[in-house]
Amino acid sequence: MAAQRIVVDPITRIEGHLRMEVMVDDNNVIQDAYASSTLWRGIELILKGRDPRDAGLLTQRICGVCTYSHYRVSIEAVENALGITPPYNAILTRTMMSQALFLHDHVVHFYHLHGLDWCDITRALEADPRRASDLAFKYADVPIATGADELTAVQARLKGFVEEGHLGPFANAYWGHNTYHFTPEQNLIVLSHYLKALEVQRNAAQMMAIFGAKQPHPQSLVVGGVTCVMDLLNPNRLGEYLTKFDEITDFVNRAYYADVKMAAEAYIGEDSVLKGSGVQNFISARDFQISHNEWLFDSGMVLNGDLGQAHDVDEEKITEEVTHSWYRDDESRHPYQGKNEPEYTGFLDGETMQGPAKILDEAGKYSWVKAPRYDGRVMEVGPLAQMLVGYARGNEKVRTVVDNFLGETGVPVPALFSTLGRTAGRMLQTKLIADHGKTTLLNLVENLKVDQETCAPYVIDNNREYQGRALGDVPRGILGHWVRIKDGVIDNYQCVVPTTWNASPMDAAGQHGPYEAALIGTRLADPNQPLEIIRTIHSFDPCLACAVHVMDYQGNELANYRVEPGR
Amino acid sequence: MTSYSQLDEQSRPTFSNLASQAKRRLAELGRRQPVRSGPELSERLASQGFSRRDFMKWSVAMTAALSLPAKFAPLTARAAEMLNRIPVIWLHMASCTGCSESFIRSEAPTLDTLLFDHISLEFHDTLMAASGWQAEENLASAQENHRGNYLLIVEGAIPTADNGIHMTTGPLAHTGMEVCRQAAEGAMAVFAFGSCSSFGGVQAAYPNPSGAKALSKIINKPVINIPGCPPSEKNMVGSLLHFILFGTLPALDLYNRPRWSYGMRVHDLCERRGRFDAGEFVERFGDEGAKLGYCLYKVGCKGPYTFNNCSRQKFNQFTSWPVQAGHGCMGCSEPDFWDVMAPLVEPRKDRLYRTVLWGRGADATADNIGLGVLTAAAVGIGAHAVYSVIKGNFRNPPPPVAEPKKKAPEKPEEAKAKNTDTTAKNA
Repeated sequence: MAAQRIVVDPITRIEGHLRMEVMVDDNNVIQDAYASSTLWRGIELILKGRDPRDAGLLTQRICGVCTYSHYRVSIEAVENALGITPPYNAILTRTMMSQALFLHDHVVHFYHLHGLDWCDITRALEADPRRASDLAFKYADVPIATGADELTAVQARLKGFVEEGHLGPFANAYWGHNTYHFTPEQNLIVLSHYLKALEVQRNAAQMMAIFGAKQPHPQSLVVGGVTCVMDLLNPNRLGEYLTKFDEITDFVNRAYYADVKMAAEAYIGEDSVLKGSGVQNFISARDFQISHNEWLFDSGMVLNGDLGQAHDVDEEKITEEVTHSWYRDDESRHPYQGKNEPEYTGFLDGETMQGPAKILDEAGKYSWVKAPRYDGRVMEVGPLAQMLVGYARGNEKVRTVVDNFLGETGVPVPALFSTLGRTAGRMLQTKLIADHGKTTLLNLVENLKVDQETCAPYVIDNNREYQGRALGDVPRGILGHWVRIKDGVIDNYQCVVPTTWNASPMDAAGQHGPYEAALIGTRLADPNQPLEIIRTIHSFDPCLACAVHVMDYQGNELANYRVEPGR
Repeated sequence: MTSYSQLDEQSRPTFSNLASQAKRRLAELGRRQPVRSGPELSERLASQGFSRRDFMKWSVAMTAALSLPAKFAPLTARAAEMLNRIPVIWLHMASCTGCSESFIRSEAPTLDTLLFDHISLEFHDTLMAASGWQAEENLASAQENHRGNYLLIVEGAIPTADNGIHMTTGPLAHTGMEVCRQAAEGAMAVFAFGSCSSFGGVQAAYPNPSGAKALSKIINKPVINIPGCPPSEKNMVGSLLHFILFGTLPALDLYNRPRWSYGMRVHDLCERRGRFDAGEFVERFGDEGAKLGYCLYKVGCKGPYTFNNCSRQKFNQFTSWPVQAGHGCMGCSEPDFWDVMAPLVEPRKDRLYRTVLWGRGADATADNIGLGVLTAAAVGIGAHAVYSVIKGNFRNPPPPVAEPKKKAPEKPEEAKAKNTDTTAKNA
């Protein structure tokens, strides 16, 4: 029998609109996979002709989940173009806001977006709360929210829920799927942490808002520095930050770290989570400045899964191409030279395992996401990439958290190149920040005693042309913004975004993007409940609003383009 | 049954009438079968260590946020209890998910209470467990089973260029337009959460490549707009409670924003208002004035042109808000603010932009403010100034604010704006 198609659209519990399609053989093993973003907004087109000082706030609206990432990198790109070095206080304040973001984003991702791929909450009903409470000590010295009383209450709430027969947001998921491997007690622990994390994330958001005004979408960065000088000079505010930082890192150590350890133990025999990394090349950028001369994150590449060597990144080798993306012009180009016009070709009518549906035209164009490549190679980005590069670079802080985790769980190094590894990598990155984030605050406090500069003066000369870029590593991986300024306004703007790398479609050479490659070879236990697909895709932490972007460099009118349905 | 019950003329003026109306409504909802069975909210709260007193404290704060007098607090509490009577469908269009992120920051009842125990959230892309065909099924069955009874919340603008092909969702690749229209059809009330859904937002900024439009432009039902980028969690939760309390459209302004939250300018109750009146301005970010908390008008604050309650309610449980963080307001709850308010870090002065109402936004007076005239009367940035241009469809009595001091003299253009306000809306 020929390969059959499965469509998963929408992929929920992500940011944005994502469709995955896979072809499976008679044994339900995925033979081929295609990722498609189904929303296009044209943000970069909108930037053209605007005041470069507005780019930060505007690009921030690319995404409200990894809010702040685009804001900061955009402002740094404009600063780079104008030749501005922000004051040390501003640099550290920006890092403090990054810390708040990572601590928020990764915790929310693991529990609220990804957690239900690991935890079958309905099975928590069978758990013995006392045993679960004891079990929690196996994974943490001082567990949190796992007392027998608390777990009993959580279970009772769940019971009420299920008995009503109305699961609300939990309805119709893949409960009972045979790739769920937690015991009932473990499921109950994770469910309790899921609820606790709802409180924790609110505190993490407040931590960002102390210096950022609000979260999502903070508003305290400007070209030249930061504006929150009154908050910085107020010891109460610094204390507030510290209190929240402690509270959240406490949860990271006692719950998040412990639960991922538990997942590593429970899922170590599950092929579908140990596979999951088709691409063996990883790229990351230097970021997270915590003192005058120290950054937590390293720039570099790990190629072919070889952790023995880290390679340097040459930005000139980053290209994007659109062979299978809904744009015209099929040559690969550096972000500065790109030329794209949308060319939407739509879906085909087709047959899937679940009945007739609209399907992707994988021989032609099939996604709004472009395909970034490094020197022609497909690269995976994200926390795992960051941790692997740091490890290969010999970054002591990174090595410590990674080695400790591998030691405690007995997970072998090759297992990191997987769905499980991606999930663990994200947790380890959070742990790295939890362990060292206080340094940033202490350095800031020291510096504020002698220096209260928060914003560098500058002028924009309307008769000059400027060009600049900034690369950062944000919660979902390497992020680059490129900007050219002419006549005092933005002449062109380009973002190369983490999810663009990871969600990219095939390129001209037929190489699959990381999402697609990660799925190929995975066996589905039940094609009607493609939990393995969801779990692996979620392990990348997709952010599709970020991924889709286009800049028309030639000033062409994009308002009209042809639609060829059923092409 | 129509979506909104009609109020008779005589019931408008007094709070007592309003309170009886809310009581009738709550009693009616109370008789309705909850979408889910199970204990009532108060029992649920008690079982989680929230005392009745905690809950009442929250109700008082929420009542104040809703611009209702304190005696409504018990009714607000009752309305929260009724949340389980009303299923909610939440759709994502062209958005950044920031509004959902903001919503899940809501303080009390804590999200888990709201989400798991009370609100019956039937469909929400970011939070729901189901995916793919199963997610589609959930949406279809929620629309079918609760036809005429569910609240529809839409986050994000709707791409309309080329029949909306810039956004599709589901195995059958329906466009955002199709999904919204279908969901709106069976909805009891429709809310647009965030500036994108209310006015088009960032993707609708010039040149609006995907033809993104506000929800109200593509469906034929009244839409309550809760703009902001994102709106505070209070404004979102409050709008739901308001609906439950009164079952009618709240008093809305020209842009269909509830007046309880968007009735005053950010400037009106700004913590730095005294600095403005005293003529003390930050001239450059990071200068001495910035350290002393001077007014941010000269570095681009759009508070005088922006209607929202940020200066009272702040964000993230009163942690901060842009002016407190020294940045100044960017006008994110006004239509087309990316174009109208730009450059965001420069004062608007007398500059006119490609915008609604000939560059005046909702406010026909603030534009004419020169910094040279700083005497309080001439400034004329009192909340009352705008009332002249707001549609006269208030069903609630005005909020108990202090008497307007002095009305700014009306200019000829304002009169014109007043006459054309209904047609010029976000053209």
